[in-house]
Amino acid sequence: MTTNTADRTRRGRPAHHAQPPRPRKARGNFGTRLDLKTSPYLYVAPFFVIFLIFQLYPLVYTFWVSLHNQPLGGEGEFVGADNFTALMKDEQFWNSVYNTLGIFVVSTIPQLLIGLYLANALNRKLRGRGFFRMTMAVPIITSTAAVAIIFGQLYNRDFGLANWVLGWFGVESIDWRATKWASWIAISTMVDWRWTGYNTLIYLASMQSIPKDLYESAALDGASARRQFWQITVPMLRPTIIFTVIISTIGGLQLFAEPLMFSSGSGNYTGGTLRQYQTVTMYLFENMFTRFNLGYAATVAWALFLLIVIVAFINYLLTRRIGSAK
Amino acid sequence: MPRNNTDTAVIPPVRPGAGAPGKPRKPKAEGAASRLWKASPLTFVTLIAAAIVSFFPFYWMVVIASRTNDAIGSVPPPLTPGGNLFDNIGRVLDNENAAFVTGLTNSLIISTVVTVAVVFFSSLAGFAFAKLRFRGQNAMLLIILATMMVPVQLGLIPLYQMMVKFGWQNQLQAVIVPSLVSAWGVFMMRQYVSQTVPDELIEASRVDGASTWRIYWSIVMPALRPAAAVLGLFIFMQTWNDFLWPLTVLQDPANPTVQISLRSLNQAYYTDYSQVFAGTALATVPLAIVFILFGRQIISGIMEGAVKA
Repeated sequence: MTTNTADRTRRGRPAHHAQPPRPRKARGNFGTRLDLKTSPYLYVAPFFVIFLIFQLYPLVYTFWVSLHNQPLGGEGEFVGADNFTALMKDEQFWNSVYNTLGIFVVSTIPQLLIGLYLANALNRKLRGRGFFRMTMAVPIITSTAAVAIIFGQLYNRDFGLANWVLGWFGVESIDWRATKWASWIAISTMVDWRWTGYNTLIYLASMQSIPKDLYESAALDGASARRQFWQITVPMLRPTIIFTVIISTIGGLQLFAEPLMFSSGSGNYTGGTLRQYQTVTMYLFENMFTRFNLGYAATVAWALFLLIVIVAFINYLLTRRIGSAK
Repeated sequence: MPRNNTDTAVIPPVRPGAGAPGKPRKPKAEGAASRLWKASPLTFVTLIAAAIVSFFPFYWMVVIASRTNDAIGSVPPPLTPGGNLFDNIGRVLDNENAAFVTGLTNSLIISTVVTVAVVFFSSLAGFAFAKLRFRGQNAMLLIILATMMVPVQLGLIPLYQMMVKFGWQNQLQAVIVPSLVSAWGVFMMRQYVSQTVPDELIEASRVDGASTWRIYWSIVMPALRPAAAVLGLFIFMQTWNDFLWPLTVLQDPANPTVQISLRSLNQAYYTDYSQVFAGTALATVPLAIVFILFGRQIISGIMEGAVKA
C-alpha cells in the first residue's frame, strides 16, 4: 500500500500542489476534457472505419448490385426487380435451395442429437475426462478443405474405405457422388465430423451448470437416468439448444467448401454433373465466375440471406417448445 | 499467463441456472443419485468410439500421405503408415501448380497480421464500448450486433468489385485488409471488459490523473489477457482455414493461401492421393501445433461459448 502511494506521488501528482496552481491546472483540465471527449471516438475509429468500408458497406451495396444487369468487370444496367423475378422461376436455383436444406437436415439433426448424447456421457465421473474432451475439440482445427479431401477419398467409389466397410455387410459399392441421397449423406458426415464435438462441448458446459440437487431429488423419487435426461437435462438446456440450432442454421445453410471439393477433378461450381449437391453458395459462385453475372449472383446472395433468416426463425419457434410442451 | 480458466467467460452463453458445478455432494444423497453420476462401461465404450472417430481422419491422412499412390487401390486398403511421407511432401513442395510454399508463407503472414490487428482493435473498441461514454454508442453497438448474424456471402460481390477497383486482386492485402477488424471480436471484448474491470477502478485512476490511454494500457489490457488469448487463437485458426474469400479474390494460382493451394492440388491431381494427402497434412500441421500448445484455452473458449461457428 505504502509503496503504491509513494509510487504514485513520484509520478508527479504532487506537482499540482507544489507549483503555482492556476495556469497549470487549467491546462490540465483542458487536456483531460479533450481526452475524455475525443478518446472514445479515437478508440472506436480504427475498428469502425474498416468495418464500415469493408464489412457494412458491401452488405448494403449488394442490394443495389442485385437491381442491375451487372457483368463481371463492366458497367451495370439498371433492371429493377428483374433479377428477383427471374430467380423465382429459376429451377437451378430452387434445386440448390433443395440441396442445401436437404444436407442441412441430414447433417444437423444427428449432429445435435449425438452432441447431446456425448455431452451427457462426458458429464459424469470418469477417468480421462480431459482426454475425452480434447478428442471432441480436435476436429475443429482442420480446415473444411482438408476435411473434404480426406472424406472425399473415404467415399471413393472404387477403393474408398466407406464402401469397403459396407462391403462387409454385403452392401454393394455405392457411387457416393452419383445421386442426391448418397452425396448428401457423404457431405453430411463431413460436416458432422467437424462440428459434433463443438456442440458437445457447448452442451457439456451448460449441463455442468444445472444444479445437482435437481437430479438428487429426482433420483430419490425413483426417476430413471433416461427419465432424468429427458425431463431435467433437456428442458434445462433449452436456451443452449436454441443457441446451437441457430448457429448451425447460419453455418449449415452457407455450406460451400465441402460440396465444392467433393466433386474431385472438375472441381467446378455445379456440384456434380446433374447438380446433385450444388448448394446455394455454389450457385452464387457459378453465377459470379462461370456466367460472370454479378447482378444475378447478388440476387442469389440476398435469397440466401432471406433463407437463413426464415429457417432460423422456424427453428427458433420449434426449439423454443422443447420441454415446455408437456 | 494467468491460469484462472474459469474467468475466461467471454460471451456468456445462455445458461440455465448458475449453480456451482464443482459443489461437493452432500453425503446424504450418496446412493441412487451418486450411482447415476458414475460412468457406466457403455459410456466408456461410447466415448472411446467417439475418440476413434475424431482421430481416424488424421490417422488416415498420415497413412495415405506416407504410402505410394499404388497402395491406395489395393484391397484390403492399407491401414498402417508407410515410408514415403517425405517423398510425397517433396513432390507437393515441388509442384508448381499448387505453389504450396507460397501458400504456406502467405497463410502465415495473413493469419499473423489479422490476428494481431483483430485482437488490438477489438480490445480498444471493446474497452470504449464497455467503459467510456460517447454519442452514438448504442446505435453503433446495435449495428455491430446486427451484422454478426449476416452471412459473409451477402457482402461478397461488392467487396470483390471493390478489390478489383483498388487493383488488389491476387494480392495479400485483399485478404488481409477486410479482415483486420471483427465485429464478433469487439463484442466479445466488450463483454469481457464490462465483467472483469470494475467501474470504480477506472474512476479511481481518473481521480489520480490517469489518461484514458493509461487506463487502457495499465488496467484494461492486463485484465483482458486471457480473453485476448482466446480471441487470438480462434482468429488465427479461422483465418488459416478460411476458404471462401481467398478463393474469390486470389484467383491467380501462383499466389494462393494454403487452402487454395490444397484446392488446386486436389483439382489437378485428384487421382494422386498420396500427394494430395501429403499436402493436406502440411496444411494441417501448423494448427495441430497450435492445438497441442493451446488446446486447453481452445476447449475452454468453446465451452464459454466464445467461438463463432
